[in-house]
Amino acid sequence: MDRMAALTRLTDAAASRALPVIGRAFDAARRRAEEVSRKVLGEDFQSRVEWLRRRYENMGGDPFGLDPDVAKSAVTVLSFFHRLYFRTETFGLDNVPETRALLVANHSGQIPIDGAILGSSLFLDLTPPRVGRAMIEKWAVSLPFASTFFNKVGQVVGVPENARRLLAMEELLIVFPEGVRGITKPFSKRYQLQDFGSGFMRLAIETNTPIIPVAIVGAEEQYVNLGNLEWAARLLKMPAFPVVPQVLVPGGQLPLPMKYRIYFGEPLRFGGDPLDEESVIADKAWLVKQTIQDMLNRALAERKDYLK
Amino acid sequence: MSASQAGTVLVTGLAGRLGRRVARRLHRLRPVIGLDPRTVSDLPSDVEHEAVDPLRSGARKLFARGDVSAIVHLGVVHNPQASRSEYHSQNLRVFRRVVELAETFRIPKLVLLSSANAYGPRAENAQFMTENAPLLAGERFSEMHALVELDMYAQSVFWRMPNLELVIVRPANILGTVRNAPSNYLRLKVVPTLMGFDPMVQTVHQDDVAQAIERALLPGVRGIFNIAGPPPVALSKAVSMLDRKTITLPYSVAKGGLSSLFALRMVSFPAPELDFIRYVCMCDDTLARTTLGYAPRFDLEQTLRAVDAERWAT
Repeated sequence: MDRMAALTRLTDAAASRALPVIGRAFDAARRRAEEVSRKVLGEDFQSRVEWLRRRYENMGGDPFGLDPDVAKSAVTVLSFFHRLYFRTETFGLDNVPETRALLVANHSGQIPIDGAILGSSLFLDLTPPRVGRAMIEKWAVSLPFASTFFNKVGQVVGVPENARRLLAMEELLIVFPEGVRGITKPFSKRYQLQDFGSGFMRLAIETNTPIIPVAIVGAEEQYVNLGNLEWAARLLKMPAFPVVPQVLVPGGQLPLPMKYRIYFGEPLRFGGDPLDEESVIADKAWLVKQTIQDMLNRALAERKDYLK
Repeated sequence: MSASQAGTVLVTGLAGRLGRRVARRLHRLRPVIGLDPRTVSDLPSDVEHEAVDPLRSGARKLFARGDVSAIVHLGVVHNPQASRSEYHSQNLRVFRRVVELAETFRIPKLVLLSSANAYGPRAENAQFMTENAPLLAGERFSEMHALVELDMYAQSVFWRMPNLELVIVRPANILGTVRNAPSNYLRLKVVPTLMGFDPMVQTVHQDDVAQAIERALLPGVRGIFNIAGPPPVALSKAVSMLDRKTITLPYSVAKGGLSSLFALRMVSFPAPELDFIRYVCMCDDTLARTTLGYAPRFDLEQTLRAVDAERWAT
């Protein structure tokens, strides 16, 4: 009986003294975690996710397989890089229309982090939030997991029919007309736009879609590429074989934590015949290229610090 | 002019599950005769059934009666276990005979049931393929050659017989009591899926296909029409909506296992058909919706549940 009473006293003491201490510690930890996630994801992250979920539900579901839950998890991971690692700052977001548009940006950085950060800024910084839809390489879709993942976060196979359909759905299409030429450019050519393809221009004219020029500053310095080894690329059947010494340093496999600045320019509209001669279309594409180059030059002139 | 004002429609492959659905739908509008060597028991009393092979002379007599004004050719045999050359040539021979009979007896309308699967599942496919897309299903699987060649043969009829109103209907995966690969797949107790692949899939209810065939019979309609049902879903979602257990296998394991099981005649799915649960193969049915006025009546839930409706089926 005594033993029972002692046990009761002990549990009472545990409940009245130890539990509140544990509870307070737990509450503090939870508050701290919430604080960090609020800082990283933003106050209204959940309402952004719900807004997008409703947008696609109203369409009867995204026909390309975008899954809001998978996209939410991907953005949650990406938000760490977006807010803390690259400390992304955006300018001119009000130039992005609520309807369809082609976001044409400079491409760089050896691996397409610029596309991911551009996508996350449309999700986290733009109001109302949008899903940036980029076109991915055909071979990526034949790989297990990659194909499913890309589809579920809203990326689609790069064929013209898909681009037209996305624009008909009033989506934002992210285009990097420099393609592989841009992403593999050596450090010495940073912020110098490479040749633009003209497919995006034919698409914009045909579908009467505004082009939003986008300049991304920061990505071009994230990996210092000293040059591309052509023979190695040929040997390994890769698009390019960049020489990036930093990957040999422990931790250097991560990109350098440059500050990302993303500038959205005013919408450009082009008319004319989408089936015009290549030279006519290329001239119009050149105008877009020049606009982005000007935006980059201005941004670089204003930039005082690489990291702040 | 509606289909009800026209003459008799002759349905090949009447004894099949889809054939019976189509006959039940059409017999309210116009007389229906069915052509199928198989026996069939549960037809409406006013549907005539002639148990003859279209290649036999008995079939000719039916046409010679003079009241047939349209043919619906559903008699395409999909028997993957049959000798390959036999079923390949059989399908083409039967369809060729049907076309010849249509020509001889000046029948103005012919509807062929093809399939959107003829476009073929490929990684580089556009998400939705229009009727102009090339039929590439035979590229990797010879089993699909028969279907592709049948469709191609039918396309040649467009210019060889300009007076014949030919309609090629290419539906997405037909679901229902029908015994086709997609319905059989979803009826499995444990549904295998491929690790790392979850393509969007398009389904259509068997009665929506019957509706599309009815609309294809309207006078003046000719051409090729994709037919899709409710909006597409990811394969995993479709399987989970049916509360099926799934087993996820790496592609190489699934392919090896399926090849052996198929060789032992334990399954009816040839290994190359795995591509249908690996890559996307969907069609754009805008043309059917605008030209034929087709619109699916069954939503996704109803379409998927239709594969389990067997015990209620007549």
